Amino acid sequence: MKKLQLQRYSAGQRSNHWAVVTCFVLAAVSGFALFHPALFWLTALVGGPQWARILHPYLGIAMFVLFLGMFFMFVGANVWCKEDSAWLSSASKLISEGNAAQMPPIGKYNGGQKLVFWLFALCLIVLLATGLLFWQAWFAPSVPIWLQRIAVVLHALAAFGLILTVIVHAYAAIWVKGTVQAMTRGTVSAGWARHHHPLWYREQIQGRSAKAQPK
Amino acid sequence: MSSLQTQDVVARSATTTPPPQARSHVPEVAKLIDVSKCIGCKACQVACMEWNDLRDEVGTNVGVYTNPMDLTAQSWTLMRFYEVEPEPNHLEWLIRKDGCMHCADPGCLKACPSPGAIVKYANGIVDFISEHCIGCGYCIKGCPFDIPRMNPVDNKVYKCTLCSDRVGVGLEPSCVKACPTGAITFGPKDDMVTYAEQRAADLKERGYKNAGLYNPAGVGGTHVMYVLKHSDQPALTGLPANPSISPWVSLWKGVSKPVGLAVMAGAAFAGWFHYLRKGPLEVSDEDEEAAAAEAGQGTQGEPR
Repeated sequence: MKKLQLQRYSAGQRSNHWAVVTCFVLAAVSGFALFHPALFWLTALVGGPQWARILHPYLGIAMFVLFLGMFFMFVGANVWCKEDSAWLSSASKLISEGNAAQMPPIGKYNGGQKLVFWLFALCLIVLLATGLLFWQAWFAPSVPIWLQRIAVVLHALAAFGLILTVIVHAYAAIWVKGTVQAMTRGTVSAGWARHHHPLWYREQIQGRSAKAQPK
Repeated sequence: MSSLQTQDVVARSATTTPPPQARSHVPEVAKLIDVSKCIGCKACQVACMEWNDLRDEVGTNVGVYTNPMDLTAQSWTLMRFYEVEPEPNHLEWLIRKDGCMHCADPGCLKACPSPGAIVKYANGIVDFISEHCIGCGYCIKGCPFDIPRMNPVDNKVYKCTLCSDRVGVGLEPSCVKACPTGAITFGPKDDMVTYAEQRAADLKERGYKNAGLYNPAGVGGTHVMYVLKHSDQPALTGLPANPSISPWVSLWKGVSKPVGLAVMAGAAFAGWFHYLRKGPLEVSDEDEEAAAAEAGQGTQGEPR
């Protein structure tokens, strides 16, 4: 069956997303290695222990800067509203019963997606700010030791929050079939849009009749 | 020099299994620095530089005897000079030989993320194994005494080894050998504690009523100890009164590691098992047709 496809992400947005993912994976791998001795072997994936220590902060900064691009592209669609709170409070039913038709109708992003967006932003800000404070090669020597000790704990905590959020984000994309394609091909099926994001779907088909080709 | 004593390692950084310790039946050693006998000649500083073959930069004299002004990656011990008034209108010139305290519970070792970069030998010496050091500086955050120094040239951290290479072959540390007044002594820790108590008693007889041993319990005791004339005020010569590993470092390197990892792994497993038990959320063909019909486009969009 041929499905009607709607454009969800442009090539630029997709590239930006996967550039952030690349930085995230490398920063997480090197960060995990320094976080727990059981994962120290992961340093091999970035060129050894010394290289893990050298690269990790630069990967983090690259991730933050690239995320800024996504932040400004998507912040408008992620402003919190009342419907999002309603959606979130019924989310546990969606997870246990899998019936998306019962969810309150939402636009481009649901409450869960918006929460993920803002958690990413919060965790990345904390990671950047605390990471700079104990970056040995550049700033640590001029930061008081008590502040560095707090910074390492907050850095680990924010990384923990970011990784958990990424797990939720990635699993949601795998669980809800037809979602991954939005970030690989840029399109979603009309059925997917109508089923999961009915308000966004209606906006899209109105825009569609105005301008014949969406792509 | 790690190869000299690799079978008497009782603690190893970032290692969750026992390190090689078949030869751990050796007595704990200690260096005792009796500040009341120190004349500030800096022979210990010179001996340290000579034995360890270190070349610090020649600095500038800023008008005090302390030189260089701080420990560095090339100066592992340092005479610090203090002009203080332990009691009002009673000036004293105190001198303290600063350097690694070789804690029984070393904060540096606890903080280090690189397996085997910091070890503690059965004799109590805490040593940095430079080839495993990755230059992250975590040990600097872990140390309650502000001792490790990063070398900007090779991004390795350095500190006093308590001459582990000399002690390993039955010699005393080079600073002990060089001290002309016997202010620095070295031997089994128990003997050093006994000797320090005798010295403190002598000093008390001579009017230093607060003389005593500095062997702080907060870090499990140390393998470098001081006899202080004013042991009630260790801060007079820059020593922390009750040093211990910072609670932030304990949190970071303690419970957060296993719990954090378990929660993250648990989240991934929760997703995996949710998928196994509940299956994916799918859009039916009827929904697709209804959506296409509502869009008024039939199925003429991009073929899938």
